[in-house]
Order: sequence, then C-alpha cells, then structure tokens
Amino acid sequence: MRLVTIATKSLRQRALASSLTAFSVALGVMLMVIVLVLHGVLERNFRQNNFGYDMIVGPKGSDLQLVLSTVYRIGNPEGLLPYRVYREMQNDPRITEAVPIAMGDVTEEGGFKIIGTTSRYFELEYADGREFYILGKAFGTDFDAIIGADVARDNRWGLGSKLKLVHGGLENKDGHTHDEEFTVVGILKRTGTANDKTVFVNLEGFFAIGGHDTPLDEAIGREIEFFGNTTLTEREIERLRAEELEEAKAHAPGAEGHAHHHHHATPDVKKFLTAVFIKTRNQAVAYMLGESSRRGSKAMYVNPQRTIQALMINFVGKFRTLLFVLTGLIIIVSGVGIFVSIYNSMSDRKKEIAIMRALGARRSTVFTIILAESFLLCVGGGALGLFLGHGLLFVAAPTIEMQSGLLMSRWAFETVELVIFPVLMGLAGLIGLLPALTAYRTDVARTLAS
Amino acid sequence: MSIELRNVRKSFRLPGGETLSVLNVPEFKVARGEQVALVGSSGGGKTTLLNVISGITAPDSGEVLIDGRDIAKLHEVGRDRFRAAKIGFVFQTFNLLPAFTALENVLLGSSFASQSISRAGAIELLQRVGLGHRLSHRPQQMSVGEQQRVAVARAMANRPVVLLADEPTANVDSTNQAGILQLIRETSRENNVTVLIVTHDRDIAAQFDRVDNLADFNRPEVAV
Repeated sequence: MRLVTIATKSLRQRALASSLTAFSVALGVMLMVIVLVLHGVLERNFRQNNFGYDMIVGPKGSDLQLVLSTVYRIGNPEGLLPYRVYREMQNDPRITEAVPIAMGDVTEEGGFKIIGTTSRYFELEYADGREFYILGKAFGTDFDAIIGADVARDNRWGLGSKLKLVHGGLENKDGHTHDEEFTVVGILKRTGTANDKTVFVNLEGFFAIGGHDTPLDEAIGREIEFFGNTTLTEREIERLRAEELEEAKAHAPGAEGHAHHHHHATPDVKKFLTAVFIKTRNQAVAYMLGESSRRGSKAMYVNPQRTIQALMINFVGKFRTLLFVLTGLIIIVSGVGIFVSIYNSMSDRKKEIAIMRALGARRSTVFTIILAESFLLCVGGGALGLFLGHGLLFVAAPTIEMQSGLLMSRWAFETVELVIFPVLMGLAGLIGLLPALTAYRTDVARTLAS
Repeated sequence: MSIELRNVRKSFRLPGGETLSVLNVPEFKVARGEQVALVGSSGGGKTTLLNVISGITAPDSGEVLIDGRDIAKLHEVGRDRFRAAKIGFVFQTFNLLPAFTALENVLLGSSFASQSISRAGAIELLQRVGLGHRLSHRPQQMSVGEQQRVAVARAMANRPVVLLADEPTANVDSTNQAGILQLIRETSRENNVTVLIVTHDRDIAAQFDRVDNLADFNRPEVAV
C-alpha cells in the first residue's frame, strides 16, 4: 500500500475536519486567483501604453477622466471642445495627425459606446505597430458605422445591420433613442483594446443627429468663452441663424415635408468634440503642448501613457499590494487551520502511528505519511480554489466587463498563478513539519502499552 | 533456532531517576516452527521481552538472534526493516486501523516490507481466517472476534518467520478464544512459523507445544 494511500485514508477518517481545512485553503487560493486575474486584466487593459498617438486634447478637467473615457471608454467624458480646436490643429505644422473624437451616446442594443470620428481613425495605428483591419469598408456616407469585434459578436451584427443611438447612455433615464439609423459598413478585426467594444460612426452623421449640434447662439458664446473671439462674420452669423430657423421649422411636428427634409451639413461652429487624438512632429512639440496646458490654454494636452502609468503606480499598484497582502494572510490563516487540525489529531493518532511502526514502518515513513497529509490538504485545497476562482471569474466576467468597461476574457489565466502551487507545497511542508516530527518521535512500546 | 536470546538485559530509567531492571535473560531459545506460551505475573517483563524480540525495543546488552541474525546489533532502521520482513504481531487490543477495511488492514501488514503481499494473497488470507465475506468492512463494523481474526491475517501478511502474540484472546469471549487460538496455531503450523504467545491464562498456555514461565529464566537485577 502506497504511503499516499495511507495518508488519504487517514484524511478520510477525519473527513469533516479535513474538508473544512482544505476548503479554507481553497477560499484563500480562490481569492488569490481572482486578485491575480483581475490585476492581469487591469494591467493588460492599461498596459496598452502606446496608443498610436502622442497626446489627447480635451477640455480642461481631469486628465485621467479624459484618458479613461476616450481611450478605454470607461466613464463619461467631461466638457466639450469647439470644433475649431480640431481645425486649428489640422493646420498646425507641429502636429502631423489630428483625429476628432465625439462621444456621448450608446447603442440601443447592448449599450455599446458610440464614437463619432473620421475614417482617419482607422488608417492610423491603434498601438505601436498595430493597425486596424476592417472587414468591409471605411465610412462612405454620413450614416455609416464601423463596429468592434465584440459588438459584432454580442449583438450578432454583420455588414448591413442597422443600429440606433440612445442619447446620453442606457443608464440615463432621460435618454431617448434618436430617429436616425446607421448602417454597419465595416467590422474591426479583434484588437484586444476597448475598440472591440465600440461602435464608430461617421462624425458628420454624428452631428447630423437631432440634438447633437449646439444651438447657434450658445455655440458662438462657447467659442468666444474658449478662444476669446469668434471667426464668424456678422453676415455669416445671420445666414446661419436663418438656416437654423429653417431647420427648426422643417423639424417641427406636423411640418410639411418633415419626413423628406434634406439635412444641411452642420456648420463647424455648432460642432463640439470630446477630444482630439494628435501626433506631434517630435517629442519636443509634445512637451511644449503639454506645457501650454498649464499656461492658461482652455484646452488640455494629456500624454495618455504618463497618465496611465501614474494611475497604475498610485492606485492600481497600491490596491494590488493590499489585495495580495490580504489574500496572503488568508492563505496563512488557512495554513494555521491545517496545522491545528493535523496537530490536534496527532494525540488520537499516536496509537495508529505506533501500530504502523510495530508493523515495520520506519520513523521516516510515518514522518512522510503525516507530511503527505499536509500536502494533500494544501494542494487539494489549492486545486479546488483554482477551480472555484476561475469558475467565479467565468461566470462574472461579462458583468465585470459591463460594469467596469475593462476587457476581460472568461478564460483569463495568469501565468503567475502557477506560482501558487510551489508556494502551497512550501506552506504544506512548513505546516506538516511539527506534526510529522511528533509522529517521528512516537515511542512505540510506550504508546502500544498505554 | 528461530529465537535465541543470550545475556539479554533491559532496564528503564524511572521519572525519579532510579533504574528499573526488567529483563536479565541469560538464555532463552525457541526452535523453528515451535509454538511456545509464555506465562508470568503482570509487570514481569513479558511484553518487554516481545518488544526486544521484535526489535521495537533495543536491549541494553546481549544478543537477540532471530532466524540466525543478531538484531541487537542492528541500528533502529535495520530493526524496523527486519521486523517488517520477518515478524508478525498480534496485539491484545487488535490494533486495527479504523480508517482501513479488513482487506486494507491485511495489506498494510506487509506495506513496510520490501516485498508486499498481493491483493489476491491478502484476500486468500482473509478467506483462510473465515472472513472472505468481510473484505470491505471496517473494524467498527465487525465483532471483536472478527477483528482479532483480521489481526491474525495481518500478522501473517508479510510471511513472517516469527509470530509474536501478546494476550491475543484477552479481549474476546470464550467462544471466540478457542477459535482464535486454533487459527494462530494452524496458520503458523501451515507456514512453519515460530510462535511465541504471552498469556496469563494457564488453560490457554496448556494448548501450546511448550509453556515457559518468564520468572524461571528472567532474573532482573534488584536495585541496591
């Protein structure tokens, strides 16, 4: 009979105590697995620290919020930038690329975030050396949409599918569904980034949606507030005001020709963006633009890489350390539980040990049997914990994704998890040592006589 | 000779610091295949003698020749190995492991020897002691008589040269007593195993080839 069989039999003899102690290890390992996987998810989501862009330009506010909302599509953006900012950047020789980003709506089905942008967004790399691949084609008409891989999968959308936008997000009770319908003309190949969960619509179409352009007077007011002036002449303002009036009449309920009304292109002054992704001619320009944020510019130039690094170091890193310490403590407490369980059983089991010794078992043999029990409890509990942890993550992954906006696979596995078992083996050895020594020292003659 | 003791001395140190001499055996011999009953008063050293013969306890001095080998000269691991291979033990309180079935207890009997009994061999042994129908039963599911039968089968599992039995029938009723004694004697005879049984019961002792009183050959030293 193999020693491990003898150890298993002994554990089964104390089935309840053994199960409880193994379960406590399982809970510790389960938590450890969840922490490791979630940390891995965070790291993977935020480690994409080369974005294909040098800077993100947004209205002044929280730089973290700007990066999270525009790059990771987590949370909502704060404030708006006049379209003129984008126009000026297009003409700025220091800036080689400028891609406009307008956000705020979600899809009616699935609540995926909408980004209004131009086809240029897909022509540039989304990360260092990684290009978009579109199945289908880029934007052609105003109401064309390109969807991320997860959107296509989850909503079962393909080329030609129609989609509508909900204003302000699904959680916004006042949000209404826009009448305008977009058509899917392109599906992005999986990127492993937030783009997979995003629906991109043509920026022109985005502004053409009722309520997405700002009323003229308010728009001019905002432009002046932002730049200190407006580029519009009195005559242009008069013309735009007349167009706006005509538009309002055409859209009024019951108005003649409401359904067939031709939409005029939205004038730039009435367009506002969430952000502009830019590439600069060189790092010095990026630095200068970053500095200009501090010198009274109404726009904010954020280096996303630096912002995310700060987030990882200041928040995620500390949070991870805290969780590691807590789960480590849980495993140690479970280990103490195993130790107490085995050690307490030793007084009852001295007789068994003495019998085995009388049958010819060596001291080292009984030592090994007790140590094997400790290993079985730790490793068995660890395996159960691994299963429970991944089971829980498998079930919770879609919810975590939905709630946090982080991309997460149901099968997420961190290679660092492989370290758990050597650690548990070490712990088992440590825990089993004293009881095993007790077994080793058992006085056979005296124990059998008693 | 199967068992031969020469000038074996064993004493224990008491908690108070005094030394208690338990064994002082100038000579004791049991021939191969012989079945000897050892009688004597309680506390006379019978169990200690069995422990010395089995190698559980090392003597302070003297020679303990089992099957021609002086186990007193072996270190502890050597004695353990020797015991696992050559000695069978039947205890007063059966000492079966409660977590193991009858079959597993028998298998355990040879688990620590270099050559262990096969499953078929263990089943055959249990059938020999009349427990072929109890293979998967645990000790607590069996009567005391059946438990002691399992203990006998376990003692024979490693094909011992010597079978040592310490009051094997003290805890069983008179009906089972005779059966167990018969079993020990018959199975040992079939396998040419030397038997040394400790008992305080003269009637039981009388059933064996030879009856020795420990007091006749053991002269523990009296502390001065």
